[in-house]
Amino acid sequence: MQRNHNHPTIVTIEKVINETPTVRTLIFSDDVMSNVLPGQFAMVWIPEVNELPMSVMISQESGKAAFTVRKHGPASTGLYNVEVGGQIGVRGPYGNSFDLKEGKLLLVGGGTGLVPMMRLLTFVKSTDDVTVLIGAKSKEEVFFEDLANSLLKNNSHNVIVSTDDGSYGEKGFVTDLVEKLVDETHYDGVYVCGPEIMMYKTVQSAHSRNIFVQASLERMMKCGVGICGSCCVGEDLACRDGTVFDGDHLSKNKEFGYFHRNKAGILENY
Amino acid sequence: MNQLLYSKLNSLIKVEPSIATSIGKIQLDKPVMLASGILGISLDVFNRLYRSGAGAVVTKSLSTEPWEGYPNPTIFSVKGGGWINAVGLSNPGAPNFAKMIEPNQNVPIVVSLVGSIPEDFEMMIKQFKNCKVLAYELNLSCPHVAKVGLEVGDDPELVTKIVTAVKNTTAVPAIAKVGLGASNYLNTVSTAIDSGIDAITAINTVRATAIDVETQRPILSNKFGGLSGTPIKPIALRCVYEISSKYNVPIIGCGGISTWEDAVEFFLAGASAIQLGSAIGDNWIGVFDEINKGILQYMQRKGFSTIKDMVGLAKKS
Repeated sequence: MQRNHNHPTIVTIEKVINETPTVRTLIFSDDVMSNVLPGQFAMVWIPEVNELPMSVMISQESGKAAFTVRKHGPASTGLYNVEVGGQIGVRGPYGNSFDLKEGKLLLVGGGTGLVPMMRLLTFVKSTDDVTVLIGAKSKEEVFFEDLANSLLKNNSHNVIVSTDDGSYGEKGFVTDLVEKLVDETHYDGVYVCGPEIMMYKTVQSAHSRNIFVQASLERMMKCGVGICGSCCVGEDLACRDGTVFDGDHLSKNKEFGYFHRNKAGILENY
Repeated sequence: MNQLLYSKLNSLIKVEPSIATSIGKIQLDKPVMLASGILGISLDVFNRLYRSGAGAVVTKSLSTEPWEGYPNPTIFSVKGGGWINAVGLSNPGAPNFAKMIEPNQNVPIVVSLVGSIPEDFEMMIKQFKNCKVLAYELNLSCPHVAKVGLEVGDDPELVTKIVTAVKNTTAVPAIAKVGLGASNYLNTVSTAIDSGIDAITAINTVRATAIDVETQRPILSNKFGGLSGTPIKPIALRCVYEISSKYNVPIIGCGGISTWEDAVEFFLAGASAIQLGSAIGDNWIGVFDEINKGILQYMQRKGFSTIKDMVGLAKKS
């Protein structure tokens, strides 16, 4: 029977990498998930625990994909705790993907928001000049720096890490760095994924200078296919219209940067 | 013969058919409505759906207090078609929701309500005193939450009390949404009619489950949910046919409708309007205008000038 992308496909975790004390990457074999576009996500079922939307992480091996997860709530902690040999269900891929420009590119990622950025790096042309900004709270929460450098080894590139406490790389918020960089350079494309405030500020910095910018939004999701409405952001559904939105569109959205909805659908401030 | 003559007359005087319809006192410009439970938590989304061709939108079923619903997985795609969901009636609660839709001017909004006792419904309707509400739809048929929905619909005494209370609280039309529970759903229909209900929506999702063979676990966190989408369409159609054959009550058809042909089938079985939900998951929101357009073209081709001309036609001998 042909694979129905809405039906969970059961995959087995083959390898677990500890990225930081709270972040793990779980690798599995799946041709469909290995070939998703940057920005697309899967709904990941942890049997008897929960199901949650996850951006699909790349694997260095062909035919394999991964999820990079930070333990936080019951669902993400459930996924984090899946061991080698454990089975999870994946459905999708869902959502749109980044519109990759050519030339000078700026990629901004915070925490597991780096996942779609790493996949985006596998699509850049060797002629592109790529800057990657990695934001983290502290040194021990920095990951994917080496991976970004290795994915860009054939490009003119710069991978910059900033930590809020200054324990590694530059000290301060990554958004202050963004503001500085877009002031100096007219990028052909800026791409961001991470905490909402980080995305909001990055979009503002770039959009106000007429620089093309896209952000991949995160919202509470139940169905992933545009039925339940849980992930609505203004009139947009993150799962179906996004998760990637243009800065121009986002700058007109009343909820982006300010509100998300809780499980009951009530707007809450960020 | 009459139909043929009518069609010829129509083409001579070039009367454009109209897809406007009425469900008793409820007037709609377009006959395709958004079913309850789907996408219904933001006024911005309602506006978008209205612009996309929805004749009306039915809200998620609202309760007196906010409900978080069940943990994920809350939805499962059935191989071969259809969805099983156990979202668990998550909603912001009637008071919050009423505040959210207060600014609404344009969108015909049907407010769906869920509760266990008449007082729940009275309290909720009072919240909407400053809102433009086209109708209230009473959820007497959700198949996966205890003490509400089907458990209420299966209790004729409670149905009588709730419908009577609603009719005594508001002049806005009230619709009862029925489904297939433990008792004969036609009893719920007749009880609601006897208590003064203005219209019936038939049907809700049908209680169902799914098990993963690899992990040998039920997939939904709630284990049981409601089956929607194309697999239940023939059942819903049968119910509309039965209700319209037995009772003189305006009917809204709901269950697995995804094409204009499906919609027309429901009109022919006795529905004055239809609702859809699962089709959005499969075809996204362009489905409203696609179905409206298909209905209009069918009416032009067959010489129908109004939706009313088609309602219940399959039962005529």
